[in-house]
Amino acid sequence: MSTIETPPATKTAFWNDPVKRGLALQTVLIVFVLLVVWAAWSNMSANMVARGLIFGWDYLGRPANFAIGEGLIPFAPTDSYGRAVIVGLLNTLRIAVVGIILATLLGVALGVMRLSSNPLLARLVSGYVEVVRNTPLLLQLFLWYAIINTLPGPRQALPLGPGMFLSNRGMKVPWVEWSDVLWPVIWALVAGIIGAFIASRALQRRREATGDAPPTLPIAAALIIGLPFLALAVQGFPATLTVPVLQGFNFTGGIELSPEFVALLLGLVLYTAAFIAEIVRGGIVSVYKGQWEAARALGLPAPRIMRLVILPQALRVIIPPLTSQYLNLTKNSSLAVAIGYPELVHVSNTTMNQTGRAVEVILVFALVYLTISLLTSAFMNWYNGRVAIRER
Amino acid sequence: MIRNFVLAGLAAAAFVFGPTAAEAGRDLDAIKARGTIRCGVQGPSNPGFGVPNAQGVWGGFNVEVCRAIAITIFNDPSKVEFVPVTTQSRFPALTNGEVDVLSNNTTWTLTRDTGVNRFNFPAIIFYDGQAIMVSRRLNVTSARGLNGATVCVQPGTTTELNLADFFRQNNMTFRPVVIEALDELRRAYDQGRCDVFTNDFAALAAQRTLLSNPRDHVILPERISKEPLGPTIRQGDEELTNIVAWTVFALIDAEEFGITQANVDQIAGSATDPRIRRLLGVEPGMGTAIGAANDQYARTIIKAFGNYGEMFERHLGVNTPLGLERGQNNIWTKGGLLYAPPAR
Repeated sequence: MSTIETPPATKTAFWNDPVKRGLALQTVLIVFVLLVVWAAWSNMSANMVARGLIFGWDYLGRPANFAIGEGLIPFAPTDSYGRAVIVGLLNTLRIAVVGIILATLLGVALGVMRLSSNPLLARLVSGYVEVVRNTPLLLQLFLWYAIINTLPGPRQALPLGPGMFLSNRGMKVPWVEWSDVLWPVIWALVAGIIGAFIASRALQRRREATGDAPPTLPIAAALIIGLPFLALAVQGFPATLTVPVLQGFNFTGGIELSPEFVALLLGLVLYTAAFIAEIVRGGIVSVYKGQWEAARALGLPAPRIMRLVILPQALRVIIPPLTSQYLNLTKNSSLAVAIGYPELVHVSNTTMNQTGRAVEVILVFALVYLTISLLTSAFMNWYNGRVAIRER
Repeated sequence: MIRNFVLAGLAAAAFVFGPTAAEAGRDLDAIKARGTIRCGVQGPSNPGFGVPNAQGVWGGFNVEVCRAIAITIFNDPSKVEFVPVTTQSRFPALTNGEVDVLSNNTTWTLTRDTGVNRFNFPAIIFYDGQAIMVSRRLNVTSARGLNGATVCVQPGTTTELNLADFFRQNNMTFRPVVIEALDELRRAYDQGRCDVFTNDFAALAAQRTLLSNPRDHVILPERISKEPLGPTIRQGDEELTNIVAWTVFALIDAEEFGITQANVDQIAGSATDPRIRRLLGVEPGMGTAIGAANDQYARTIIKAFGNYGEMFERHLGVNTPLGLERGQNNIWTKGGLLYAPPAR
């Protein structure tokens, strides 16, 4: 009688087992990384002790005694170093958010224009992209700052429109004076945006179901603009405008876009937009030609082919490199030290010099940049997941 | 095996991260072993105080102070390496040993002397005070008429703090424009970005020479702070402290005794005043006491650069582009503040 002999289990050595080998290598790597971190930390501690330095965060509560040129929240020299860091952080976020939005709009426009069939437009844009991409950003910042500073002084300011002035002290525009009666207006605006979003989803569903629905744009616009207006009207238009007036050395009233902010914004937006233009162009070119032909065969006009067929597919290619451009823009904003826009690094430098707490200050801004970058990446990855091809 | 691995890892880490600093108190030994003293000067240049010429050789008031220190240590004014530093990089550079001495108009303050920085200020070489420069077109005659002004100021200096204090004391507001690079800051002021440019008086006078129309700008009479400037070293080396201090004192004494570059040899040969004989090393002992290369260190320094007054007039005085009066920086016998302890 024949029995099936079970072959004797061959014992593989653990270094031939890919799972165990991988685990072992990973363990070694982790131990090595931990050792490096530990060595760096203990070396730093030893060096700080040798130089009589004490590690601590107590300085954050002490009065800063220096002034900051501009900020989203008020800052006086009697405020603490901690508040100074927050003012710097908010200035960084302000330039990053405004810069990312403008650079994206400009970059997408440039990228599409570079593919235009009009040779003049395409060549102009490609010339712009090559010049801007291939010169150092710092140099461009100096250029913009120097150009803005050649504007006439505040006493000879150029009037741009009613209550708007342009001078080497920046751009002054009238602004609504803040008071608590404006809160309902803000809530109305938020409600308007949410309402517009819900309405557009509902209209989209109805259009898909019945093929007929009223246009989205007027309804959304009415919600977003109308609700805050209604909130103002109900209260009898209590808001007052402050208009810039020349007083002493400078204008008072209104809000100001400082030359440093404008120069930094111009530099970052124009520089990053050149890279984004290339990314967008690459994304569009990556969409197979047949998609254009198919869309044309359906009789779609060119703008709608771009918006409905090409861009949604190009986005899959565009989003990941776009994320790194956003991170670059945020980090490049630290070049503002050179032209005096008081963002995080700028404020940290002064703090470092006044307190001597180099290690703590650098830890703070390293962690802040890391956090901003990781949050941006997380958001863009989430968005990338939404536009990516879903395998069915 | 694990232990070997840990040891190897440690060795690698030690290699990567470098050794910890040498013990304190060894600075002079390190300078002598190296054969040169590393001197931090304001970069890229500071007219009158430290400027590299077309060949890259540094000259100026602060530069000669470092060369004088090199004479005291090595009997050779060329044994200096000049390291350009900025107002931001100077303290880390000194703390980390990239430079041995800062000769870049650093103000002696309590926190710098004692706080986390732990520096030493062996002697004051220049009595300065923060001043304010404005364009003549603004018709401002006093710093108290500057409410609401936009002020160009460098970061990370006592200047920034004094400025805030001054405006606070006088219930005035201002708007700072803070740029680290002095050249960029001056350009911003020159183009009218700011109404006011503030810095220590001497530095401001130096910057004024670089404006497009120096005569259009006036430095207001107020001094809004005390700024005693002097060579700065790390704390903990008494020998180096002595050398720096008595090098500065030799320059001051020489002027007080009327010893000049021209007459130093003659005076050394004929002097009967015991104070002069000790200073110039005719009577031995003083050089050895401070740890100098030889007893004639003061004589060599004066032969090379002259006394304090000669150095001042050559680089900063009324016949230079800076055009500074001696003022407080005169010998105490002539109404100034320069006063050296006796060499005996």
